Amino acid sequence: MIEGIDLARDFNVSLGLLRGKATLRAVDHVSLHVAAGETVALVGESGSGKSTLGRMLLGLLPPSAGEVRYEGQPLRALRGADWRRYRADVQAVFQDTSASLNPRRVIADAVAAPLRFNLGLGEAAARQQAGELLQRVGLDPAVFARRYPHQLSGGQRQRVGLARALASRPRLIVADEPVSALDVSVRAQALKLMIDLQAEMNLAMLFITHDLGVARWIARRVVVMYLGALVEEGPAARVFAAPRHPYTRALIAAAPVPDPERPRPERLLRDEIPSPLAPPSGCRFHPRCPLAQAICKTRVPERLVLPEPADANGAGERIVACHFASETQES
Amino acid sequence: MSAPLLDVRGLVTEVRRKGRGWTPVVDDVSLRIDPGEIVGLVGESGCGKSMTAFSILRLFPTPAARVARGEVIFKGRDLAAASPDALRRVRGGEIGMIFQDPSTFLDPLHTIGAQIEEPLRAHPFPGDRRARVIELIQQMGLPDPEAMVRRYPHQISGGQKQRALIATAMACSPSLLIADEPTTALDVTVQAQILSLMRDLRARSGTAILLITHDLGVVTEMCDRVYVMYAGKVVESNNTRVLFRAPRHPYTQGLLGSTLSLETASRELFAIPGTLPSADAMPSGCRFAPRCPIAQPACAASAPSLEVVDDGCAACHRLALTGRNVWREGAA
Repeated sequence: MIEGIDLARDFNVSLGLLRGKATLRAVDHVSLHVAAGETVALVGESGSGKSTLGRMLLGLLPPSAGEVRYEGQPLRALRGADWRRYRADVQAVFQDTSASLNPRRVIADAVAAPLRFNLGLGEAAARQQAGELLQRVGLDPAVFARRYPHQLSGGQRQRVGLARALASRPRLIVADEPVSALDVSVRAQALKLMIDLQAEMNLAMLFITHDLGVARWIARRVVVMYLGALVEEGPAARVFAAPRHPYTRALIAAAPVPDPERPRPERLLRDEIPSPLAPPSGCRFHPRCPLAQAICKTRVPERLVLPEPADANGAGERIVACHFASETQES
Repeated sequence: MSAPLLDVRGLVTEVRRKGRGWTPVVDDVSLRIDPGEIVGLVGESGCGKSMTAFSILRLFPTPAARVARGEVIFKGRDLAAASPDALRRVRGGEIGMIFQDPSTFLDPLHTIGAQIEEPLRAHPFPGDRRARVIELIQQMGLPDPEAMVRRYPHQISGGQKQRALIATAMACSPSLLIADEPTTALDVTVQAQILSLMRDLRARSGTAILLITHDLGVVTEMCDRVYVMYAGKVVESNNTRVLFRAPRHPYTQGLLGSTLSLETASRELFAIPGTLPSADAMPSGCRFAPRCPIAQPACAASAPSLEVVDDGCAACHRLALTGRNVWREGAA
């Protein structure tokens, strides 16, 4: 349904008054697709470029190279009614709801706005439907419709954000860390609501998160990014059970698991994520990689497509960008 | 059993709200830390876990907060009754503290070396301060100690800043380190490094750690014992293994059930219904009762006190029913 082909995005960064400017490549030639009704998790640590990639798919940020296609049509070529349809079909939910909701408008208006502008409903019809949407996300309109965002808790505001995204009857939701600011008990409520709505409305979802537990739970397919590059992609169950890229393996080993009986992984990744202003040569992961060889310093690894055992729900093939992917079956 | 290193008894901490007077945010909390022990204090935002930690050293983020009642016995002395001067000698000396966001607690105008040295100047230190700074930087796993001494906070990464902050806290070899969400702002691969560093510190210097976190995964990786807080009160405590295997408070059971990890393969995710109560509208009686599946009228009538159960304690009127998961079995 939506497809990013070989996307790259550069930002110009000022280094200070006298040192001039530099170019930061936040996303470096990454391809990604989401099919109708599918949930894909995009995971990575800070600086991996996952949010930038999401914003390009949302049409909020033009790519520096490559293109985004919606239903086979390049975004750049969409005009008039096609463009408006894309804007209604593809909706965003963000992490920081206190920044994405207008503090001076009551929440019924926030939810009614896309109904009026994207669907062309009149004021009364929009208000009526906004009430139904609030009800649907578990907020009683009689109580909440006239409230301002600051009068709501973080979990309630996230529900408003979701109601507003759903108002345009979207087909794809790009959710950027939608539950990361929420407490555990509230997060579970929000996640359950999202998958219930997804099933009911046959929504596709690109779920951007740094939380592997959330990714594992919500997605059928997972894409792992590191420092602007795609390192691994495949069916979530398989990638988490048997990661093939050394970075994915390290990421999974580093994630704390709330089970005191589980032995603690001993090997830790050294150092930290390098600055994206000066990414390492060759494979970007090589300075931290326990398997790095000479070739990793000089050559960017190809995307290797590996055979994956036939999967009942057909979550697709495994892609690994590592020179030694075919040898890394066992750690 | 040896005497506890820290023994907090009946702590009540209040904050002043505009037009509402003093409201308790930590209500009758007791906790104990033995020498060399790593103890977790977990709960969701607003449960009072950070305020409990701040109360120990009376280091409040706002002047509108006070310790209203209770004792904070550290090595036999009551810090709650200590003079500001006496408290200042303990802070950064016998008790070190680190926080979530190291950038806020490192001074951008001073070098890393100067900041690690500061507690050595503020407290009596017999040896060579400069040598101690270099030694600390090495212990924290920071690269190139000689150059690191001269760096400013903006020149180093987030993980390095947290290491530098831990170095300042550890400078005077404290017997207790209070760590408030020390890895929450860090990436997961860096978090693993910092947690490993803290475990090493305990193993090497026998420093006890009070770890405040909302992350149950971090608790299991680090803690010997855990206290679970809800709405300003400790609802359950136990050693980590027992608490995670057989939680006895309905809130703990629900919290564990709503946690996702890589092992949560099934689609079964549990969510506790309802929302956290706010400090100025606390339910009467048991504060969890409005969300609890086994609550009965008695639960709203009186607040349960902590009772000894399964090597630990839980505050619930209906402990007879909580041997099994009350959310799965439903109301009896």
